[in-house]
Amino acid sequence: MRLNLTVNGEQRETDGVWEGESLLYVLRERLGLPGSKNACEQGECGSCSVYLDGILVCSCLVLAGQAEGSEVVTVEAVSGDSGLHPVQEAFVEAGAVQCGFCTPGFVVATHDLLRRNPEPSEAEVREALAGNLCRCTGYEKILDAVRRAAARGEDAPR
Amino acid sequence: MSQTTPTTPTRVGPGPTTWTPGKVGESDRRPDGVPKVTGEFEYSSDMRLDGMLWGATLRSPHPHAEIRQIDTSEAEDLPGVYAVLTHEDVPGRKVYGMEIPDQPVLAWEKVRYQGEPVAIVAADHPETARRALEKVHVEYGVLDPITDAEKAVQEDAPKLHLSGNVLRRIRILHGEGVGAAAKADVVVRGEYEVGMQDQAFLGPESGLAVPDGLGGVDLYISTQWLHIDQDQVAESLGMDPDQVRLTLSGVGGAFGGREDLSMQIHACMLALETERPVKMAYNREESFFGHVHRHPAKLRYEHGATRDGNLVYVKARLVFDGGAYASSSNAVCLNAATFACGPYEVPNAEIESHMLYTNNPPCGAMRGFGAVQACFAHEAQMDKLADELGLDPLDLRIKNALKPGDRFPFGQEVPPPAPVREILERVKVMPLPEEQEVMGRDLRGLPGGVSNVTHGEGVKRGVGYAVGFKNIGFSAGFDDYSTARVRLTVEDGEPLVEVHTAAAEVGQGLLMLQAQIARTELGVEKVSILPADTRVGSAGSTSASRQSYVTGAAVKLACEGVRERLFERAREELGEPPDGLSVEAGNVVRDGRTVVPLAELLDGDELEETCEYHHRETHPLDENGQGDVHLQYAFAAHRAVVEVDVELGLVRVVEIATAQDVGKIINPQALEGQIEGGIAQGLGLALMEEIQVKEGKVLNASFTDYLIPTILDMPTVKMEVLELADPEAPYGLKGVGEPPTIASTPAIVAALRDATGLELTRIPVRPEQLAGVSDGPPLPDEPTPGGAGYAEVGRLDGRRET
Repeated sequence: MRLNLTVNGEQRETDGVWEGESLLYVLRERLGLPGSKNACEQGECGSCSVYLDGILVCSCLVLAGQAEGSEVVTVEAVSGDSGLHPVQEAFVEAGAVQCGFCTPGFVVATHDLLRRNPEPSEAEVREALAGNLCRCTGYEKILDAVRRAAARGEDAPR
Repeated sequence: MSQTTPTTPTRVGPGPTTWTPGKVGESDRRPDGVPKVTGEFEYSSDMRLDGMLWGATLRSPHPHAEIRQIDTSEAEDLPGVYAVLTHEDVPGRKVYGMEIPDQPVLAWEKVRYQGEPVAIVAADHPETARRALEKVHVEYGVLDPITDAEKAVQEDAPKLHLSGNVLRRIRILHGEGVGAAAKADVVVRGEYEVGMQDQAFLGPESGLAVPDGLGGVDLYISTQWLHIDQDQVAESLGMDPDQVRLTLSGVGGAFGGREDLSMQIHACMLALETERPVKMAYNREESFFGHVHRHPAKLRYEHGATRDGNLVYVKARLVFDGGAYASSSNAVCLNAATFACGPYEVPNAEIESHMLYTNNPPCGAMRGFGAVQACFAHEAQMDKLADELGLDPLDLRIKNALKPGDRFPFGQEVPPPAPVREILERVKVMPLPEEQEVMGRDLRGLPGGVSNVTHGEGVKRGVGYAVGFKNIGFSAGFDDYSTARVRLTVEDGEPLVEVHTAAAEVGQGLLMLQAQIARTELGVEKVSILPADTRVGSAGSTSASRQSYVTGAAVKLACEGVRERLFERAREELGEPPDGLSVEAGNVVRDGRTVVPLAELLDGDELEETCEYHHRETHPLDENGQGDVHLQYAFAAHRAVVEVDVELGLVRVVEIATAQDVGKIINPQALEGQIEGGIAQGLGLALMEEIQVKEGKVLNASFTDYLIPTILDMPTVKMEVLELADPEAPYGLKGVGEPPTIASTPAIVAALRDATGLELTRIPVRPEQLAGVSDGPPLPDEPTPGGAGYAEVGRLDGRRET
């Protein structure tokens, strides 16, 4: 089938999509956007987190066809022309990145959290990020990164 | 099936990483941090090339079966399928394995575990490949599986391998052994069990094989040790190692699970057959079958002590289920035996460690490697003993703590530093977290969080302690070494050091460490780390917490070689007296005064040194289990504070406090990351992580059913690190990756016992155990096809038959 969608502000069209493909597969394998990761492909790890029409979703759980006509924003668009987004900056600074496979998902989920709640309490941060698995860091540095990003105030969420 | 083959495209991988690192001892922003937060960093599952095909693997649905026939014709006829290969197509050695080559590249005659690869296909779409697998018809004659290690040794048990079912047996006899039992006033006994843990790295097994058009192949792969992969792949392809070139691609975590081969040989076979690049990437379910796990173990212990709390003897019998193939089980068996008594002075001991073949999933390396299972048992025993003696559990440990100059039960003298007592004292005095009122607390702060249905009525708090240790580096006579090539050059008028090793960065921060060493030793600002590949000599494995030590030492050695040549040049060209020169900020200096800038001294030349660092020789155990087996020992103590809802069996770990012996901090932030991350995996084993295997079949091959700690499960970690230099190691450092994972588990279980008064002899501790409902509801007799977590391996119709 043919798929039309807006990805990171750009109109994209792709042909020959098999009906069983997920949005994640299309992003990674057809649209050249492998930043969203494929760690579990069943919605448990959050490493494929993207915005679908402004809502945070696991792109592995969205059939590509369901995204027809939608607007998708991936981790690749979190940083702007002026460099890293404060959330990304904070993850690098805090040492919240080790193997990094979970990182794109955490960046998108944190971006979403701070957009909705610029000053989250620790319990709110933990709750918001409970759908993202990390196997390397033990989450301490990730919490630190979220605190740092939040502390940068209104600059942070865009 | 054959079609016009496009010219094989050449892959352009990421180039060197160049930046200004910190010096040894400083935190540094990791150079791969920015590409990792933007999504640009290329992992092995992200690679693609034009004309690339997708590989897929047909796996056995049975844990034990004869293969009577394999018919691939229907699969071959499927449009879009380019190759269907079986064991008949393996060009070279049909088996592989790091210690014992006993594992078929593709099974023939027999399958010995559920998920064993039987056939591979290459197709133009992953779904086409998957459908092709359904059309490969394998006729199996199902056999009864051996699923209990204890039964594998019985005489009437069928032999799974020609050598029998015993993979390894080790016996250590120390002092008078159990002959000393009469001297003990108090004896405690216990039987313990450890479930099968999974590394659960997030980046699935994956790689890209690209034929070179000349009969050879390039493999881009995430692994822990490029050269051992290269040797095994070349052997099975029937090629010279230089025809099989490996380059490390982005690695999404490892933790031991990437020591063994997974799809390496398969992808190369398919690429060579089709003359097209072939990518293979497991999904999560397949990943559970695609790598080895931590060995499940049954451990029987007896500890004797005097009335005043001095250990008299330890008797231990450790039985490990190695699963169907050897992997690194031999070394795990050795480690467990040598660490069986814990970091205590034990005058008499008798230890047996058994490693057996079964039809369960193969087990091998995982962070902690044999020390983890032993530590859970010996620490439970120490608590039991303290209880029996009426002593404080921490004081009993301190009283018996090993110190330099003592002898381990395997005869080796304890090398300095061995600050067991010191780390225990550190966790003893670290302030406990304040007790918060339970009733009326925000639900999110209760065990079970918002899913708890009570409001804290049944919540009890407990505190527990444990200490453990781990050998750093490969042991028992293995020639363990690393190779580094270091080149000093000038780029844009500025000196630049290039470091080239084959050492696998798996997330731990090895790129930074190598660059920090180069900057420190050669006094330059800019360092460039070349991609790890097999164009340089072996670096050994990113295992056994050894890379900082061994590759660190190789990089240091090569830098020192380059530095010596610089100084020689300064002597020859400037007549500088030989002593007292150093390098700093891009200059050769003496007494803080610049003698000559490096750029000027080099005058367009480059200086290059390639060095191998081999660590001190170690020795195998003799027939009494005695020998100088290990290189270096690193120790860590943990204190856990938990809250348990004893009615619902739910746990909240409130805090973990730890003190660890690290020798020298090379990078504070990376060190903290290792400690926190290691503790999270220890917490997982204590509370939730287990691959459940019934009749040889895995019941929970998914992240829905195999639980790893989330951000809600991990508490704050308080840590203290001790920098007591090891005189033999570079900068005095000790490996840091594994110790956090070893004693954190028993500390948490000790805290659970403290809170509940239950014995808790099996990990992971399940809610039903804590709630006193013994074993919980019975498992279904057979996994339900289509049910959550049912292992979808093998052919679809084959699964329906079961």
